[in-house]
Amino acid sequence: MKNKVQNILLVGVGGQGILLASEILSEVLMLGGYDVKKAEVHGMAQRGGSVVSHVRYGEKVYSPIIPEGQADILFGFELLESYRYLPLLKTDGQVVASDLQIVPPGVALGKESYPEDVPAKIKAAFPRSRIVNAMALAQQAGNMRTVNTVLLGALSNMMDIPEEAWNQAMNNRVPAKFLEENLNAFALGRQA
Amino acid sequence: MDKTILSGNEAFARGAFEAGVKVASAYPGTPSTEILENIAHHYPSIDSSWAPNEKVSLEVTIGASFGGARALCTMKHVGVNVAADPLFTLSYTGVRGGLVLIVADDPELHSSQNEQDSRHYARFAKVPMFEPSDSEEARAFTRLAFEASEQFDTPVMVRSTTRISHSKSIVYPQTPVEGLPEPSLARDPAKLVMLPGNARKRHYFVEERLAKMAEWSCSQSFNRIEEGQGEVGVITAGVAYQYAKEVLPEAHVLKLGLVHPLPKQLIREFAARCKTLYVIEELDPFIEEQVRAMGIEVHGKDLLSVCGELSPGRVAAGLFKEEIPQGFTPTETLPQRPPNMCPGCPHRGVFYQLNRLKAYVTGDIGCYTLGFMPPLSAMDTCVCMGASIGNATGISKVLTPEDRKKVVAVIGDSTFLHTGINGLIDMVYNGSTATVIILDNSTTGMTGRQDHPGTGYSLKGDPSYQVDLEGLCRSVGVKHVYSIDPYGLDETRDLIKREMERPEVSVIITRRACMLHKRDLIQRKPPLFVDADKCTACKACLKLGCPAIKWNPAAGTKGQAEIDKLICVGCEVCMQVCKFGAFGVCDEK
Repeated sequence: MKNKVQNILLVGVGGQGILLASEILSEVLMLGGYDVKKAEVHGMAQRGGSVVSHVRYGEKVYSPIIPEGQADILFGFELLESYRYLPLLKTDGQVVASDLQIVPPGVALGKESYPEDVPAKIKAAFPRSRIVNAMALAQQAGNMRTVNTVLLGALSNMMDIPEEAWNQAMNNRVPAKFLEENLNAFALGRQA
Repeated sequence: MDKTILSGNEAFARGAFEAGVKVASAYPGTPSTEILENIAHHYPSIDSSWAPNEKVSLEVTIGASFGGARALCTMKHVGVNVAADPLFTLSYTGVRGGLVLIVADDPELHSSQNEQDSRHYARFAKVPMFEPSDSEEARAFTRLAFEASEQFDTPVMVRSTTRISHSKSIVYPQTPVEGLPEPSLARDPAKLVMLPGNARKRHYFVEERLAKMAEWSCSQSFNRIEEGQGEVGVITAGVAYQYAKEVLPEAHVLKLGLVHPLPKQLIREFAARCKTLYVIEELDPFIEEQVRAMGIEVHGKDLLSVCGELSPGRVAAGLFKEEIPQGFTPTETLPQRPPNMCPGCPHRGVFYQLNRLKAYVTGDIGCYTLGFMPPLSAMDTCVCMGASIGNATGISKVLTPEDRKKVVAVIGDSTFLHTGINGLIDMVYNGSTATVIILDNSTTGMTGRQDHPGTGYSLKGDPSYQVDLEGLCRSVGVKHVYSIDPYGLDETRDLIKREMERPEVSVIITRRACMLHKRDLIQRKPPLFVDADKCTACKACLKLGCPAIKWNPAAGTKGQAEIDKLICVGCEVCMQVCKFGAFGVCDEK
């Protein structure tokens, strides 16, 4: 398993905390003993635009961006963005995504429409996919802002990383006063 | 510390720290910005600061070097255009303390106005340039660049790209160097005063230096041959090396760490053993053309695009003429999600009114360039940092008096202090009639909210003198200077309209802090709501293009506007647009 490079593509909307989630993810993978690379774009993309972060791990990783059509897991923070980036997923890949919908400007103006039945369409194309009501679980964990940690919990089920490494990474990256609710959120996501 | 995971920019900062840098200066620019932020945050022993523009930052760094200290300057690719003047003569003077200029290019224009390839600057200015291919090399090459700078008496450029600066990979930090000489005053006018008589002699030195470095680099480990199998060879550098290894795992690879000057002897030896030779490089055929000029046959831009960034798929598609593989593709057309001004952005109302006033808007570089996007659609030009004001002067010169009134320049506070002020001086000096709006949001917004001389705080967050924008404009001769809160829509419109009519230069400063501001300058208010009984479906509020206002076609009989309570910050601009009083303030918190 270790010599094969695994690819996780994180997608969502600027401002959703995707970059922090990919920080935690790459920290976990480094602690797990892998070579890790991650790539993303800052600047203009932050302003409510479509945001993508590539995370790759294995014994030796070259390109920081995932070769086209080679993503093993598409990790989505918003439904339309998860749908948009499906072409980058392997044919036998998996989607772990939030069911949250954020309408883009064209839809807000009534000029375009948000695609319908996205979860069903994703599951039809990639049967092993999971669409999570992360917002509800975050509320259950005690803070709406732990929604990304819930999603990381759901993602962790699909990866061969010991739970201690996840806890260690959150210890390293999450401020102490938010740690407990984030650990709760992670556990809820992992059970979901 | 054995290993850690760092972005290229974090690693550049680490490398500078390990090299014993004493002074670091920059103007923020994506994708280079975080280098100085990391230095300020993690390495307080370094004197780090924001300069008003890249030219000043390089000049500050040059001064530190002349004083005998190691100094670092960082910028984005277009920043080198601004700093080119000192750079080209710095090449002649050389250095005392090591001087390194890190320049971050942006292939694919993720956040830039052009795609220029900075390697040409290294060749043009006759200075060496290193190009790392991951974060560990970003650290190591920065350190090495300082040594080479002093060894060869030259400024050294280090080229990054978005995929180096903003990618993370594993880094092995080393202990910082020790025993560097103390800075001191040492007069050496023959070397540092570039009058013709001195500079003529230095030009010979520069040419000899380049020849020496080309020879030296043939035997250095940063230029290395990785033995493969078969007869295919690849010459590559930077992040393109990673794509080459991904796509041609069997090939022989000549990986260049120094992209200028090229190790010609090493290239000849490498080429001799390969039957097919590729140069895989992003943007221009910089290495390729020089290899070709050596009489060596290579493939490069005949197969790979000059435009945009590379990727493993694009390299494979070029080399093997294969389609870029795609998995499942949705059949329907998906709505785009372009970047947008944030809810509560103080620029929104200004552009809304400029649109209604049918102004011809010369624009500039910053978040407010998004005023170009529909539905605001209120920007007609955008060239480079500071250009809006000169552009307004020029276009006014050729228009009829009636059309001339429509010309309005818009520029951010940070951009105005970068290079806009010079344009304003010209405007007054040469009798232009245009109107200038300084969109003062008290920060450098687009690059991630950095301080500048107009904010009253330094890079390290210490209080500093705050430039008085009104006073500055008056001092260059602008008689009509006004400031206004852009949240007041009618007042903003009336003022802009009045000043557009005035046949003299006037400056309007629209002042309200960025909604993402780091300090407590902003007061978010509870989200608004739409009263369904009052909304008449006129859609006037949608013309603001606020992400917090959504059209719900299913509501009411003709559809209705709704507020997204999660992101509305209660700026009440929409409330002023609605003629029917449908927007209200929520009681709930």
